[in-house]
Amino acid sequence: MLQIKNLTKVYEGGVQALKDVSFEVPKGQFLAVIGLSGSGKSTLLRCINRLIEPTSGQVLWNGIDVTAASPEELRRIRRKIGMVFQNFNLVHRSKVLTNVLAGRLGYVSPAWSLINHFSREDVEKANKQLARVEIGDKGGYRADELSGGQQQRVGIARAMMQDPEMILADEPVASLDPVLAHSIMKYLEQINKEDGVTVLCSLHFLDLVHKYADRVVALNEGRLVFEGLPSAIDDKKFKEIYGRDAERVG
Amino acid sequence: MNQRKKNNKPSLWKSIRTGLYFALALGFIAYAFQVTDIDLTEFRKPTRVTSWTRALRALAKPEIFEYEKAETIVNAPIYLPCPEGVTPGLAEQDTSGPYLVVPTCGALGETITVEGFNFPPGAVGPIGWVPSSDPAYDLLLRPEDVKVDSDGHFSYEFTLPDDRQSEDVQYIRVIVRKNVGAPVWSENAKLTWDKIIETIFMAFLATLLGTILSFPISFLAARNLMVNVKSPLTSLALSIIGWPVGIFAGGLLARWMMNLSSIEFGGVWMDIASVVVGSSVVYFLLRWALLSAEENPALFKRLLRIGALLLAALLLVFIMYDFTSLGIQLGQSLMPKPDPLSDALQPETGPFTFLANFIYQVSDITHTIMIVAVALVVGGVASSLLGRIGQRTNESLSPAPLRIINALLAGVAFAVLFMLIGAGIDWLYQIGNKMYIYIIPGAVGGALGILIALFTKPKSSLPVGLVVYFIMRSILNIVRSVEAVIMAIVFVIFVGIGPFAGMMALGLHTVASLAKLYSEQVESILPGPLEAIEATGASRLQTIVYGVIPQIIPPYISYTMYRWDINVRMSTIIGITGGGGIGFLLVQNINLLNYSAASTQMLAIAIVVASMDYISSKLREKTV
Ligand SMILES: Nc1ncnc2c1ncn2[C@@H]1O[C@H](COP(=O)(O)OP(=O)(O)OP(=O)(O)O)[C@@H](O)[C@H]1O
Ligand SMILES: [Mg+2]
Repeated sequence: MLQIKNLTKVYEGGVQALKDVSFEVPKGQFLAVIGLSGSGKSTLLRCINRLIEPTSGQVLWNGIDVTAASPEELRRIRRKIGMVFQNFNLVHRSKVLTNVLAGRLGYVSPAWSLINHFSREDVEKANKQLARVEIGDKGGYRADELSGGQQQRVGIARAMMQDPEMILADEPVASLDPVLAHSIMKYLEQINKEDGVTVLCSLHFLDLVHKYADRVVALNEGRLVFEGLPSAIDDKKFKEIYGRDAERVG
Repeated sequence: MNQRKKNNKPSLWKSIRTGLYFALALGFIAYAFQVTDIDLTEFRKPTRVTSWTRALRALAKPEIFEYEKAETIVNAPIYLPCPEGVTPGLAEQDTSGPYLVVPTCGALGETITVEGFNFPPGAVGPIGWVPSSDPAYDLLLRPEDVKVDSDGHFSYEFTLPDDRQSEDVQYIRVIVRKNVGAPVWSENAKLTWDKIIETIFMAFLATLLGTILSFPISFLAARNLMVNVKSPLTSLALSIIGWPVGIFAGGLLARWMMNLSSIEFGGVWMDIASVVVGSSVVYFLLRWALLSAEENPALFKRLLRIGALLLAALLLVFIMYDFTSLGIQLGQSLMPKPDPLSDALQPETGPFTFLANFIYQVSDITHTIMIVAVALVVGGVASSLLGRIGQRTNESLSPAPLRIINALLAGVAFAVLFMLIGAGIDWLYQIGNKMYIYIIPGAVGGALGILIALFTKPKSSLPVGLVVYFIMRSILNIVRSVEAVIMAIVFVIFVGIGPFAGMMALGLHTVASLAKLYSEQVESILPGPLEAIEATGASRLQTIVYGVIPQIIPPYISYTMYRWDINVRMSTIIGITGGGGIGFLLVQNINLLNYSAASTQMLAIAIVVASMDYISSKLREKTV
């Protein structure tokens, strides 16, 4: 259970990216976050695991106040929240397997991980996660030798190494073609449905929202303007979310 | 259109302005000439011309090979000017050996023909004027050498001096030399070889030292990494207090272990045994304490583990002392001893003496810096432990009591910091007044700390990382602005003339400039992967190892290569200040006017620099 209460973020330059955003996500839900470019989707997702420090408001996760957590506690919280990025954010020069194993860093003993040593179970687990996203044979490649779709699968495998209870996906398919987009979304769906992992996923295309999301929240200039079922987005709501001049294409 | 017309319109004001600019520029250049002493009259003087032609010609003939020489010296007497009533004629000569045919006398500045006969064919050498009857005196050499042809004859147009008139007989002297036998490396070439090797290794060690030190420094000087390092005042104050306390404790500890390890019992074998046994004990202790990845173990077990770590650390220090003193003994016993029966100052050196020396020196260095290293490590550990306690305290207390605790701790921390600075200044300037060294800085620091505590929110995080970043950057900039050659002068005072001083100077300069270059690379890495690693719950150190280091390895390698290349260049000249290497030899030869020897060294420098340049650019291509 994730509760966002009156979350506000003002960037150093004075840009108000989030204004008093409040909503709740029950465990196991697939929640889509939509909104125009610059509406604050990335900021919202990053405030949840405090990659960005919120200016005010609270993030409560399973009853723990994330916004008040000490550095040590924050690390324990973060390792249960996987994250998937639009630009995949793999370490290019490292091997695919190393990238996936990095997902275990919150768990392993620090001394050993510093010399790149992981237990046999962790390596097996990594290979299993790679096989699950159907690139089991790519573990030895350098991450930048993979195509975009393959890189995003590595990103998902890395997040799954954390044994997450929640995954934050920031436009995971925005840099992929439509066919690949669906295959990546299917993996997220599978993780959500089979493993019961809560998924918060920001998306640009409404057809993806309709197909995969249980519920939608919409942001407009940092304000929460819609919260409900995907099917509830009619033409009027659409114009509220995306502005008066927007045309529905999807 | 309109615009263009306006611009092209000739305007008086504009022309005047152009003229003024021109005059100003001319004046500027004229002044520059004045202060740089530009003057070609000196350059054209005959004495200068003679000396620079000789110098250039000598430079063109680097002295690399040597032959055994057969030297022929012949003097011909001559009067300058002709004595009263004597008409110049050709002097009689002894024609049994090599001889010169010269007029008996000549006028000042007159050009005469000197002919030589019966000289060794093919011999070459200088010809000159001996201005006194003393033949060992002051030979005035002519710029061109004499060259004997295959018949043993030569002819030379000799201009008599115009300022050397004397009633005594003077001489024209020819010294020709002929090579006999096969060429061998000259003494100069051998010396150049020795020194160029010294130069290359000096640069190598300086680069190695610089790379090792600047690697961690570069992270402290990278803004993108440091900007996130924040800590509340409670933990900042406690970690500041932790440093001096830890350093003091560490110093005591190291000294204690050193004394313990130097107690003699059982001799060398006992030492070896204790190193072997001790290191395996350390291995198992560390394995047990670090490897078990249990979450939240019981307090008892946790304490036991900390105890094991402490024991392992103590043992490690002890072993290191034992090990280094073993190394010193081993090195000494392998090094050749001076033979008391022979007069030779230098003992006979075998082919592997350098290895014995290496073992000895490395052990000695480690033994010497162990105490500093242990003190620093313990200081760091104490600081981070206290910092953690501070973090916990900060989290668990409510703001009001926290503010009081903060004020107390910050007061003490800053007072200690300022007193340490005061003590440092006292050491430098020998003030000797307790009032100025301890009491005033202590009071100012304490007041500052209390003020900071009162005027910041007790729970807010202070940008410690940025402060460290700015301090680091400033230190690097200051160190970098001092040229390595000047640093060498300073290090010569510390460690004496020689390559060691040069190496230290180059090393220090390398640390400063590499750390700057490296940290710029860290600042330009992609932030995305870093963010992703951070999001997995990795610690800061793990984030650096998995997110930063893979991204910076190629530029680091390429900068290190580049730096080695620069260091080779610099070490060729650092000898000028006594820093060892080939520069020393070069300057010496130039000062002795031994240009053809100097030329060999210049050639060697050119070859080494050019090949380093080539090799480093090839290697850099590979790493990209
Ligand atoms: N680091 C930053 N500093 C200052 N302003 C920022 C920063 N990051 C984002 N912003 C601003 O905050 C607002 C919200 O940005 P955010 O990246 O959250 O939008 P978004 O909905 O994710 O957009 P997109 O769909 O393009 O990714 C924008 O106006 C942006 O300019
Ligand atoms: Mg975004």
